[in-house]
Amino acid sequence: MSLEILGISVLWTFLFGYVILGSIDFGAGFFNAYSIITGKHHLITKIIQRYLSPVWEVTNVFFVFFFVGMVGFFPKTAFYYGSVLLVPASIALLLMIIRGSYYAFETYGSKGHKGYALMYGIAGLLIPASLSVVLAISEGGFISIIDGNPILDYRALFTSPLTWSIVVLSIVAVLYIAAVFLSWYANKAGDTAATNLMRKYALCWAFPLIIAAAGIIYELSSHNPGQFERILDLWWIFGLSFLLWIGTVWLVWKKKNYGLAVGLLIGQFALAFFAYGISLYPYLLYPYLTIYEGFTNEAMAISLVVVFILGLILLVPSIYLLLKLFLFDKDYVRGNRKNVKSNEKRGLS
Amino acid sequence: MLFDDPVFGSRVLTIITLSFHVIYATIGVGVPLMIMIAHWVGIKKNDEHYILLAKRWARGFVVTVAVGVVTGTAMGLQLSLLWPNFMELAGNVIALPLFLEVFAFFFEAIFLGIYAYTWDRFEDRRKHFLLLIPVVLGAGASAVFITVVNSFMNSPQGFDIVNGQLVNLNPIAAMFTPAMPTKVSHVLATAYMTVAFLLASIAAFKLLKGSNHVYHKKSLYLTMKMGLIFSIAAALIGDLSGKYLAEYQPEKLAAAEWHFETEEGAPLLMYGILDGEGEVKYEIKIPYALSILASGSPTSEVIGLDQFPEEETPPLVIHYFFDVMVTIGMFMVVLSLVYWTGIKRKWPFVRSNWYRWLIVLGGPLSVIAIEAGWWMTEVGRQPWILNGIMTIEAAATSSDYVGLMVILFGGLYLILGIGTIVVLNRMFRKNPVELELEQQEAIKGGETA
Repeated sequence: MSLEILGISVLWTFLFGYVILGSIDFGAGFFNAYSIITGKHHLITKIIQRYLSPVWEVTNVFFVFFFVGMVGFFPKTAFYYGSVLLVPASIALLLMIIRGSYYAFETYGSKGHKGYALMYGIAGLLIPASLSVVLAISEGGFISIIDGNPILDYRALFTSPLTWSIVVLSIVAVLYIAAVFLSWYANKAGDTAATNLMRKYALCWAFPLIIAAAGIIYELSSHNPGQFERILDLWWIFGLSFLLWIGTVWLVWKKKNYGLAVGLLIGQFALAFFAYGISLYPYLLYPYLTIYEGFTNEAMAISLVVVFILGLILLVPSIYLLLKLFLFDKDYVRGNRKNVKSNEKRGLS
Repeated sequence: MLFDDPVFGSRVLTIITLSFHVIYATIGVGVPLMIMIAHWVGIKKNDEHYILLAKRWARGFVVTVAVGVVTGTAMGLQLSLLWPNFMELAGNVIALPLFLEVFAFFFEAIFLGIYAYTWDRFEDRRKHFLLLIPVVLGAGASAVFITVVNSFMNSPQGFDIVNGQLVNLNPIAAMFTPAMPTKVSHVLATAYMTVAFLLASIAAFKLLKGSNHVYHKKSLYLTMKMGLIFSIAAALIGDLSGKYLAEYQPEKLAAAEWHFETEEGAPLLMYGILDGEGEVKYEIKIPYALSILASGSPTSEVIGLDQFPEEETPPLVIHYFFDVMVTIGMFMVVLSLVYWTGIKRKWPFVRSNWYRWLIVLGGPLSVIAIEAGWWMTEVGRQPWILNGIMTIEAAATSSDYVGLMVILFGGLYLILGIGTIVVLNRMFRKNPVELELEQQEAIKGGETA
């Protein structure tokens, strides 16, 4: 495997990690807000907070890791994407700042406020929408080079059906992933009411997800025919992903083995996400930048790979410990310990 | 101007973000160490007060960490959004420490989450204490790596430019630049110092406001002692930084000292103002001191601004930043030294109200010194973004929307700053330490009964 492929695989994997963790985070915030409107707040808020509080910062690092790694492995992306993304990325940043800091203010500082929870929920859906615009841009057709500087054509971007298909998919995926995950977490906590509520949401969003995904493939057939053909070549991966989706929905429908359902869900998204990534190959920004032109020098690439391996040796056991304590520890998930009760009262104890 | 000129807009947005982030970043680096020390003392002396100190600091800390994380994310992304040409070049040379910084941050984030939520989950308290070690190391390491990047901008090396092409790249050499040792150690020492004085100022404030609890006295003594150690370290390293500047960035030192003409046995100018004609007024002149600061010998030659073309000399305003930083630093050394000696020798005035008010003032003053220090070092390398290689004009984005972003982000930071103060205030005022100690006693009593 060449260093270019290795670099982009590492980054794509971390982006995938962020997509899953971020979806749970954003979706949970939305369901929390929605449950306030529908008066079912008491059912799920505790479950959501118990999961989110210790891990939200880690979720955020996956995102930082992706964009720092991108500039490290592919410095030219800073030039092409940096200039044109000022507005969409800044909007995403503003929303993330508001969300992250007010999450901490509310959770650790004081009791929840209704208007704030609503804003928090809506902001959570706008972040994936504003970030996913980058995927549309990478397909090409929205950037022209004028006087050596890349310029983004906002009009073309915001009137393109492709952009909106991607935005819709990102929002639906967020809601679906979060609902399936929280069904499992609530079930583990032995909280039947919360499980049933989240299960209902999961089933609600399962079909729009597939429709939105199919819509994007259809849009690509006219927007970027080259990539459309590569997607057709990879049909069997997308097909496999579809089978896993059926498996998840079936398990959730039958109310059994939620753990396996989450596993199938992650597998489904992993297959689709990587197949999409492969179909984009070799472009980082069609048609201006390929991973080969944008790649860093060899000395830097080797040192980054070495650091990455050393970093993983530290990270993997640490993340395992985190999961063990807050995701797979029955007592914590159920809120059985006395410290958990006081956590919920005061943030931490 | 803000809306017409992306270069100016990018500079404004960067300075606002950095100035805001550095407050939280400093707290983020320093507080884990203080928590660790308090926790350790608590275990060793078997003193519940110190354990509670660690607990309460940790509880406030998660709020500041949240703001630190999100503003840090903003800074990281803004580097590429506002300075795309710089990041393209820098990505080739300096990506390694950036990458390392993310790992350190990752590490810290994981263990901070675990530490904060497992106060009662371990039978053995020392096990819980161990979770703090990666937090302290991660916080310190991320400060080290990001300062390495900044050092590179001040004294770039590890590559050559031949006919506009980058060649002979060496990522390791780019990390170990001449600016690196003094910068990294000064950043760490001043972060620990500032946090110690901030926590001291909380304890002093509580004592002034009528709570005469021994908890606050223990806290005050511990933090002032830490503050003393780190402020002395910061001053010593500061002196080494002066010697670094004299050798590698003489224009920055000359601008900071208003040293216009190259001369031997150069005097040090303290304070003073610069009038319209370039004349210095009301200054305090210390003969030979600048030569001593620059090279350790009173008669050595110090390069003045006359050696540099006018378009490459840094703004003279950095002299004021330098004065503010050094004055506060010295004041804090004296304040904590007198306090520490006073407690040892039982001088009554260190427990008096006016002295405690000075300590309360010391926390915010240290934060101001941090800001002034960063402004001095950053404004002091104008007009370069990469000293001697790339100017800020060549590095900035060409986007038309920078001015708008300045307003949006500026407004948001203002709200966040106020929010932090309100939240922290509410958290601790509603739940004073006396109440929490009583509750602890009640739980213990319940368990034995």
